[in-house]
Amino acid sequence: MKFLSDKAVERLREGANPPDLAGTRYALLERVAQGGMGVVYAAQDEKLGRRVALKVLDTPDQKGELARRLLREAQVLAQLEHPGIVPVHDVGTLEDGRVFYTMKFVEGQRLDKHIEAVASLPDRLRLFLRICDAVAFAHARGVLHRDLKPANIMAGSFGEILVLDWGLAKILHAPRNENRVDGDPETRRIEEPGVALAGPPSTEALSVTGHGAVMGTPGYMSPEQARGDVESLDEGTDIFSLGALLRFLWTQQPPGTPPQPLTRTDKSLEAMCAKATAVNPDDRYSSVRAVAADVSRYLDGLPVSARSETVLDQAGRFYRRHSVAILLIAAYLLMRVGLLLVTHR
Amino acid sequence: MIDAVRGNDPGERSRALETLFAAYWKPTYKYVRLKWNRPAEDAQDLTQGFFAELLERDLLGKYQPAKSRLRTYLRVCLDSFVMNEDKARRRQKRGGQVLHVALDFAAAEGELDGMAIDAAQIPSPESLEEFFEKEWVRTLFMLAVEDLRKRCEARDRETTFRLFEEYDLDGEPDVSYEKLAQQYGMSATEVTNALAWARREFRSIALGRLREICGSDEEFQREARAVFGRNAR
Repeated sequence: MKFLSDKAVERLREGANPPDLAGTRYALLERVAQGGMGVVYAAQDEKLGRRVALKVLDTPDQKGELARRLLREAQVLAQLEHPGIVPVHDVGTLEDGRVFYTMKFVEGQRLDKHIEAVASLPDRLRLFLRICDAVAFAHARGVLHRDLKPANIMAGSFGEILVLDWGLAKILHAPRNENRVDGDPETRRIEEPGVALAGPPSTEALSVTGHGAVMGTPGYMSPEQARGDVESLDEGTDIFSLGALLRFLWTQQPPGTPPQPLTRTDKSLEAMCAKATAVNPDDRYSSVRAVAADVSRYLDGLPVSARSETVLDQAGRFYRRHSVAILLIAAYLLMRVGLLLVTHR
Repeated sequence: MIDAVRGNDPGERSRALETLFAAYWKPTYKYVRLKWNRPAEDAQDLTQGFFAELLERDLLGKYQPAKSRLRTYLRVCLDSFVMNEDKARRRQKRGGQVLHVALDFAAAEGELDGMAIDAAQIPSPESLEEFFEKEWVRTLFMLAVEDLRKRCEARDRETTFRLFEEYDLDGEPDVSYEKLAQQYGMSATEVTNALAWARREFRSIALGRLREICGSDEEFQREARAVFGRNAR
């Protein structure tokens, strides 16, 4: 008789326990991922004839707290219509009472797998800029992700980069909306979770997770988040995670890995990572846009705000940026000097 | 099953007991090794002695499904039995009813070694209770997988079982439906369908075995939910 490891027992439990989608427009295809509170399945939307990802609670939820969280996650995602954020299609309840939502099915690889095939640092940094775009958009809508890490970023088959798993998201404030009358209490009211699916986000700090709970991923989680200081979290916590992601994309090593002795250091990149992951949130970049701007400047060979350069650094950077022209000019000058020497003999 | 154990038909009674012992002997042995910190040889004697005592003292006949789960009842009986170890050993030496379940203690011991369990890591009674439950589920699943293998062989679906084994049991990190499809010369859809069939059969077999070792329908519903989650039926 074959011995079953703990993991095998867990897989058998999950594999043999598919959600019953009777009464919905979806047909179950396969289990694709396990999240903190739910499982994601591939399902076929039989009305529209397309494949979707269906996330459903998989843990007992006597008090309905997890159902409210899942619903909140769907609501958060629905507010974030952006090419870098996976769109929600539908939300509902299964016959057994479990809440589910469906979203775009993304075929591709997790970022940590994907970058194994991306050898060029500039290409990896350009991926990072697209992640920053999505996070900056969420921040503009008043939403913190709070669990940014390679496993939660998907690189699609057609080059798309999508930020996934907004299960730990926190709503900070109402979105910036030019068409709305500022201060109008009616436009800022939020429905109680679980009562209505549509409704503007709240002006008060609402968390998809419970207040005070420590949730996140070590290495990518900011010190204030690791302390469970949920109420005081702001954009800085995602900026910290982006800094850890930037370092990961640069070194291709997970956080906490000792630096390789033979790795050539890059002081500008090191300074950008250090600034984004500063222990004190006040020492970090003021916004995701500021992080992205520094990375863009780095890619263009310009000085970055995170580091004061010496004259030698400036000269080195100037050389790297204009190396072709400098070499051509140097070759031209050498040729002229050579000609002068020959003609004066 | 409990009714069969209590009944007068010796054949039915024997079959029901063997079903019960098959599901419980390994969790019992590992629990004795871990909770009571007994050497392997003592644990083997205690495991056999415990099941002999179950029969001799008709402990299953005294079980009341309304009061507790069979699993909890057996664990409490086991604790009480080990506490009276000397008495239990004397009973075992007297002989008693013969069990026809092969108890492969060497395999159970190997599993314990492979799991590298440190008793100091699970000091509380609740942790030991969880351990007993976990081992019980593991044994139930191992029996169900073995039944599934036989069912696949009987229906010429050996490939289906191999797919199930590679994807669900071994679960190598880089395994995927696409890779299995290439490896077995099938389409990804065929792999999906084969695995869906195997999982349905596995579930049905495991629930069938579970039903046999539960004392009542209510207990079966509770245990099914504990094993497979809230939508177990």
